Amino acid sequence: MSRTHITTTVNGDTVEFLCDPQETLLDALRDHLGLTGSKEGCASGDCGACSVMLDGRLVCSCLVLAAESVGRKVETIEGMADGDDLHPLQQKFLEMGALQCGICTPGFLVAAKDLLERNADPSETEIRYWLAGNLCRCTGYDKIIRAVMETAADMRGA
Amino acid sequence: MPLDMDLTPKTVFDTVGTRPVRPDGNDKVTGRARYGADMAMAGMLFGLVLRSPHAHARIVSIDTSKAEALEGVKAVVTRDDFPALDGDETAKAEAEENLWDVACNVMARDKVLYDGHAVASVAATSMAIAKKALKLIDVTYEVLPHVTDVDEAMRDDAPVLHDDLFTAGLDKTPEKASNICEYTKITTGDVAKGFGDADLIVERAFVTEAAHQGYIEPHACVAAISRDGLADLWVCTQGHYTVRTMCAAILGMNQSDLRVTSSEIGGGFGGKTTVFLEPVCLALAKKSHRPVKMTMSRDEVFRASGPTFSTSMKIKMGVTNDGKITACEGRFSYQHGAFAGSSAGYGATCSMALYDCVNIDFDCYDVVVNRPKAAAYRAPGAPMSCYAVESVLDEIAQKLDMDPIDLRMKNAVKEGMSSVYGPSFGPIGFVECLEATRDHPNMKAKLGPNQARGIAAGFWPNYGGQTSVSVNVTDDGNVLVSLGTPDIGGSRAGMCMMAAEELGISYDRVQAIIADTSSLGFNDTTGGSRVTHSAGMATIEASRKIIEIMKHRAAQVWGIEADAVVWEDGQVRPSGPNAGDNKPMSFADVAAIAGSTGGPIAGHSEINAEGAGASFGVHVADVEVDPETGQTTVLRYLAVQDAGKAIHPDYVEGQYQGGAVQGIGWALNEEYIYNEDGKLQNPGFLDYRMPVASDLPMIDTVIVEVPNPGHPYGVRGVGETPIIPPLAAMGNAVSRAIDRRLSEIPMSPPRIVDAIDG
Repeated sequence: MSRTHITTTVNGDTVEFLCDPQETLLDALRDHLGLTGSKEGCASGDCGACSVMLDGRLVCSCLVLAAESVGRKVETIEGMADGDDLHPLQQKFLEMGALQCGICTPGFLVAAKDLLERNADPSETEIRYWLAGNLCRCTGYDKIIRAVMETAADMRGA
Repeated sequence: MPLDMDLTPKTVFDTVGTRPVRPDGNDKVTGRARYGADMAMAGMLFGLVLRSPHAHARIVSIDTSKAEALEGVKAVVTRDDFPALDGDETAKAEAEENLWDVACNVMARDKVLYDGHAVASVAATSMAIAKKALKLIDVTYEVLPHVTDVDEAMRDDAPVLHDDLFTAGLDKTPEKASNICEYTKITTGDVAKGFGDADLIVERAFVTEAAHQGYIEPHACVAAISRDGLADLWVCTQGHYTVRTMCAAILGMNQSDLRVTSSEIGGGFGGKTTVFLEPVCLALAKKSHRPVKMTMSRDEVFRASGPTFSTSMKIKMGVTNDGKITACEGRFSYQHGAFAGSSAGYGATCSMALYDCVNIDFDCYDVVVNRPKAAAYRAPGAPMSCYAVESVLDEIAQKLDMDPIDLRMKNAVKEGMSSVYGPSFGPIGFVECLEATRDHPNMKAKLGPNQARGIAAGFWPNYGGQTSVSVNVTDDGNVLVSLGTPDIGGSRAGMCMMAAEELGISYDRVQAIIADTSSLGFNDTTGGSRVTHSAGMATIEASRKIIEIMKHRAAQVWGIEADAVVWEDGQVRPSGPNAGDNKPMSFADVAAIAGSTGGPIAGHSEINAEGAGASFGVHVADVEVDPETGQTTVLRYLAVQDAGKAIHPDYVEGQYQGGAVQGIGWALNEEYIYNEDGKLQNPGFLDYRMPVASDLPMIDTVIVEVPNPGHPYGVRGVGETPIIPPLAAMGNAVSRAIDRRLSEIPMSPPRIVDAIDG
């Protein structure tokens, strides 16, 4: 089985890798590019731990073939902070204790950032439905939802 | 606990009780934190497990020759690669489980005992080749009759899983093997007299299905072994020392030859307290002479890692007309999956530990069935038994037309009362929790049609256990805490806070790591809500040793006796008539002269922590039930619990909220569903439906603080109790909303519709 040469953009950098046809974008990010911040919790699109942005669209990277990323723009958790400056969502998650084990956190952050870029003033219900594709087993979601609400309020005020 | 430790409760705190950012936080919001599957090594192979498609079968033969011949396959292991263990030998090791059972679970011997039981494993140069190789392994099975239901497994004519399993705990050990592994009788007082004194007796049977811990991170590990037998294992686990104990025993290794490093852990809840892949991964690494990585798929997590127990229970309770409990009789049957366990008695004990009732008679049965070996799940055994007892109490409250909080208040245990499990209670916070619940604004919220409020309480005794901690002072005046208890929900922050508090320095000058098994003394697994209590106690003791060393160093510099030096406000100061006129030195001042005054300054503590304080909790669920669809919506939820002293309140609240939501999921949706072939029907997140954000309201919390006198800061473990009340709180709310008493968990929509339709 021959491997496919892929050139794509990840967090602003042009990257190349060889992959098998059946490999997912998540496999490529983790195994070929060493970007292990995106997690595999289910490999079936049910848990959202592998959430990334693909050409500006929120996707489960476990449901995208690596070969589909050719010539596209991928954004992962590793690209979310700007140098030493955390994204306001990252900072708020830390300040409000919105994570326990942290395995779901990258997926939640990627998904929540996308929400706030689309809707600067989401209601609690809108946040809960937007994040319904991200499973968290530790927190009961309370502090996550509050952190997203507070970040949105801060960013509107800034 | 060391006898010389000063346990005078501290009441004024600088750092403890604040909410600083955790030391591991930045890595976890940026994707840098490394979990089980995030490790890679040069030349690493990928391992996969072949699993039984049958619920119960004899393995006639395993032919691995075709798989071994496949290009890229470097090792195949089966039962033949694991030594048979002597039962007596395995019991001596520092493990809570029978190691022969663990060994037979990680790789089947003569029989497979459940759908998903491991029968062989391969390591290959790619995942694709490993998958192909699994298909080339030829296993011949003789399929046997199976049983997955606890009541059916207890019948005389049930298929027997183990022909060498004879019920323990009976006056006379039976001669016939059965699936009942243990019988426990718990009896106090005179139940017949108690029921005679009762004005009202309520009797009801209950069933709860098994739930999975549902951690988002599947099991994963990487193993490497040198040719002289020195091994490294990287693994996501709640207890890397336990992993070392189990793997060394199962593989016949010296514990000193196996260094286990715990990765960051993506949730455990009790499910990562044992081994599944780890001994297999080491065996593959040994056979292939290459590092091997193994990860479970979600399907494997559900089919082959431990869910909790399913149960069948009966409760009979008597009360006087003014609500005083006079007697409680119970029968508790718990299945532990395919291997023996012992939780029914524990669960039964927890269920009545909250109430002052002397007349108790419980029959408890632990049972094996053709399901995956059960693992601990947060307060193992207690949510089910408390569901039964708290449901009966709610029915009694309705029949007596009594407020459910008043009913519990009337019977609540208090300091000085004896507990059903033996010792008398010290200071406990059950009454305070009931009062805080009664006074909470949620209790005044108006309820509409099809809506109701359910109340339930829970209790967990908590645990201490073996703990080693090292605290090292750097010569620039900073502090490093080495812990051996994997941090799942922020415990490193708590330890840093306690070290900072004790040493009188700021929190940001303390860092903490989880050391590997070769770098620090033994630690029991993170579990039983023990870490903040016992590792906290050890951190405080180690810090106090540092203070003593610093006092001696200052005395040496000042040329005075050590007892003329005191520690005040984070400084060493001369004190008393013989102290002279010496200038006080700060923590950093003394740290800087460590090298010239005797060498490195460090404190360490090795304890078997006692003094764990019981934690009581009360939950209130407000629900609305759609009578047409049976769908339950949670409108409001309140979790009140005694934390003794909340070190970092964010992570205490987080435990309350997370435990409550796991309980809500279990109450409403989560269950293991088996078909007639004994195969699990819902091994994925789509069909095993855990709560998502849109299913829930905010989870309101109240932290009650009745200090535990067994801990220098008053800490009580808080992780287990929050999952105990939700089954009954939800059950009571739904039962009141539909005006029918439900007795089965989960209360999925079809079950509610059936109840409404009668």
